[in-house]
Amino acid sequence: MSGPVIQVEGLSKRYRLGTLSHQSLRKDIQSGWARFRGKDDPNSCVVGQRGAGLDSEEVLWALKDVSFEVNQGDVVGIVGRNGAGKSTLLKILSRVTTPTEGLARLRGHVASLLEVGTGFHPELTGRENIFLNGAILGMRRGEIERKLDEIIAFAEVDRFVDTPVKRYSSGMYVRLAFAVAAHLDPEILIVDEVLAVGDIQFQRKCLGKMGSVAKAGRTVLFVSHNLGAVRSLCSRALLFERGRLTFDGAVEEGVALYEQTFSGGQGIAPDARFTGPLQNDIHVDRLTCVQSGKPVSVLDPLVPFRIELQGVAKRSFQVLDLNLGVFHDGIYLTTCFDAPPEVALAQGTFCSTFDFPANVFLPGRYTIAVGASASIGEWTWAPDVAALEFADKGIELGVDRRRGVIVIPYAAERRQ
Amino acid sequence: MNRIDESEDGVTVIRPSSGWFNLHLDQLWRYRDLVVLFVRRDFVSVYKQTILGPLWFLLQPLLTTVMFTLVFGRLAGIPTDGVPPFLFYMAGVLPWNFFAGSLNQTSSTFVANANLFGKVWFPRLTVPIAAVTNNLLTFTIQLVLFAACYVFFLVRGVPVAPTLALLAVPLLVLQLAALGLGCGIIVSSLTTRYRDLVHLVAFGIQLWMFATPVVYPSSRIPARWSWVVTVNPMAPVIEQFRHATLGTPAVGPGAMLVSASATLVLVLVGLVLFSRVEKSFVDTV
Repeated sequence: MSGPVIQVEGLSKRYRLGTLSHQSLRKDIQSGWARFRGKDDPNSCVVGQRGAGLDSEEVLWALKDVSFEVNQGDVVGIVGRNGAGKSTLLKILSRVTTPTEGLARLRGHVASLLEVGTGFHPELTGRENIFLNGAILGMRRGEIERKLDEIIAFAEVDRFVDTPVKRYSSGMYVRLAFAVAAHLDPEILIVDEVLAVGDIQFQRKCLGKMGSVAKAGRTVLFVSHNLGAVRSLCSRALLFERGRLTFDGAVEEGVALYEQTFSGGQGIAPDARFTGPLQNDIHVDRLTCVQSGKPVSVLDPLVPFRIELQGVAKRSFQVLDLNLGVFHDGIYLTTCFDAPPEVALAQGTFCSTFDFPANVFLPGRYTIAVGASASIGEWTWAPDVAALEFADKGIELGVDRRRGVIVIPYAAERRQ
Repeated sequence: MNRIDESEDGVTVIRPSSGWFNLHLDQLWRYRDLVVLFVRRDFVSVYKQTILGPLWFLLQPLLTTVMFTLVFGRLAGIPTDGVPPFLFYMAGVLPWNFFAGSLNQTSSTFVANANLFGKVWFPRLTVPIAAVTNNLLTFTIQLVLFAACYVFFLVRGVPVAPTLALLAVPLLVLQLAALGLGCGIIVSSLTTRYRDLVHLVAFGIQLWMFATPVVYPSSRIPARWSWVVTVNPMAPVIEQFRHATLGTPAVGPGAMLVSASATLVLVLVGLVLFSRVEKSFVDTV
C-alpha cells in the first residue's frame, strides 16, 4: 500500500470553559426568556456581553492546528506533559470526540485502546467479557472465537476464564483487557497510557506484543510517560506542548527534547488542587526530583534521588509537617514526613527535602500527593501533584526477575 | 459534527461537519453482534446472585397483577368489562411493563454509559436497541405465563375468548417497542442537557400509567376526560391488546391510526435528537 496511513491536517479542538449549558431546564428557560426580551442573560458568565462564549478567556484549545502524516508500519510515540493534547488527539482519531477544525484520514480498521477493560461487566465471566469487549472494539463474533484461545493464553487467565471478572485481581483484569485489544489485528492500533497499570513483567509482555504488531506491518500510535518504553518501541516521536505539535522526528531527539522541557524543575501539575482548611495558609509551588545533582523527569531506579518541595507559609505554625504520599496504580504505598512530629514552621518560604536510597521503587509510574498537617482538623492535601517515572532498564537488559512495585529490605538464606 | 465516510477502500475521514442526521445505519448492521451481546449481558446480569434467578422475570408481573387485583379489583371495585379481574390486569400489566421497561432503560443511555462512550466509538444506537430487545425478550417470556394463566381460567370454565385481532398482536408489540424506544431516546437525549429529567422519568412513567387504561377499562373514563385517551398513544395499544386476547370492546381504526402516527413521529423526533446529541455529548457530560 502506498501513501500515508494516517493523514492529519490542521486538526484543532476547542473546549468552551464556563457554562455553556446550565444543566437545568429552569435556567435555560430563564436565559431564553431574557434573550427574548432583549435583556442580559442572568446566567451568562460575563454580564453585559452577550455571545461572549467565544471570548479567549473562556476557550481552551486542547489541540491547535496539528498536521502530520504516518506511514504504514511506523511506530510513533506521542509524548508531552499532562494537558498537552495527546489524549485529545487520540480521542479524535478514535472518533470518540470530534475536531473543531481540520480533518484526519485513516486508512484501514482502527482499534483504539484508550482505557483497559472499557465495557467490562463485573458480573460476567472472563470468557463472556472477552466477547463483549471484543464486540465493543469492533470485532465480529467469528473473529473472536478464532482468537479466543490465543487471548486467554496471552492473558494468563485460563484457570479463571469462567469466573466473574469482579473476582479478578486488578492485574488479571488488565491482562485480560489488553489481551483482547492486542488481538484485534487492526491496521492501526492506538494505545493511550494504559500500561501504567499492571506489573512490570506484564508491561514488557504487552510492549513485546505491540512490537510484533508493528513488525507485521501495522501502524501503532503510542502515548506514554514511560520514556524507556517509547524509546525502545518507537522509531519516531511527536512532542506536544499546550496543544501544539512542537517536534516531529527521530525518537531519541524527541524524547531528549521532552526531558529538557522539565530540566527547569518539575512544577506542580497545573490541575493539582489543594483542599482542606489550610489550603490558603500553605502554598506548595514547586516539586523537583533531583538525581545525581540534576533535576530529572525520568529516574534511574538504581541511583539515590531527592524530592524537593518549595513553598510559602502565609503564617507561622506551632506544629506543622509537610508530607508526601506515594501512590502506584491508585494504591497508597507510603507517606513520608519532612520533620518529626511537633516541629514548628515559621512564616515565609520553606524548602523541604526528602532523600530516598537507590533501589526502593521498581520501574514504573508513581504519583505523588502532597499534604501539610498541623493539629487535628488542620490540614491541606492535593493528590496527583507530580509523577515519578522510573525507567525500566530491564527492558533492554531483560534480566530483572523482580516483580511487584517496591523493594523492601529483607534477609534470606538457603540451607540444604 | 463528526461525519464518518467509509468508502470502499476503507478510508475513514474524520472532520467537523454540520450534518444533523446521521445514524450510521450501515455501521449499526456491522455491529449487530454487539447488540446481541449487550442483550445477553443485561439479561444475564439481572439475575446473577439472586436466589430465584430467572424466576423473577415471571414473579415480578405476577405479583403486580395480584396486587392490582386486590387493590383496584377487590378494594376499589373497578369493573373489568366482564372478564376475570386477574386476566384483565395481567393483560394490561404485561404490555405496559414492556413499554415502561424499554422507556426506563433507554432513557439512561447517555448518562449511564458516559464513561464507555468517552473511551471507544461504536454506533451509539446499539445501546437503546439492545435495551428494547432485552425488554422484548422479557415480555415474550411473560406472555407464556399469561397463556398459562389463561388456560387455567379456561379450564375452570370462565367465559373468555380471544378474537381474530389476535393475529395483529405482533404489530401491537412492534408499536410498543417503537414507542418505548422513541420516548426513551428523546428522554436520554434531553437528560444530557437537563439532568432534572432523570428524577422525573420514574414519576412520569407512573403518572402515564394512570393516564392509560391499565388498571381500569377505557369504557369507565368519563366523557370529559376522554381526550386523555385520544392524545395518549399508549391507550389504544393496551385496549387493543385486551380486545385481542380477552375479547373486551375493540378500539376504533381511527384511534389506532392516530396512535400509530404519534408513534412514528416520536420515533423520528427521537432519532433526530439522538443523532445530534451523540456527536457532542462526550464533551458536555
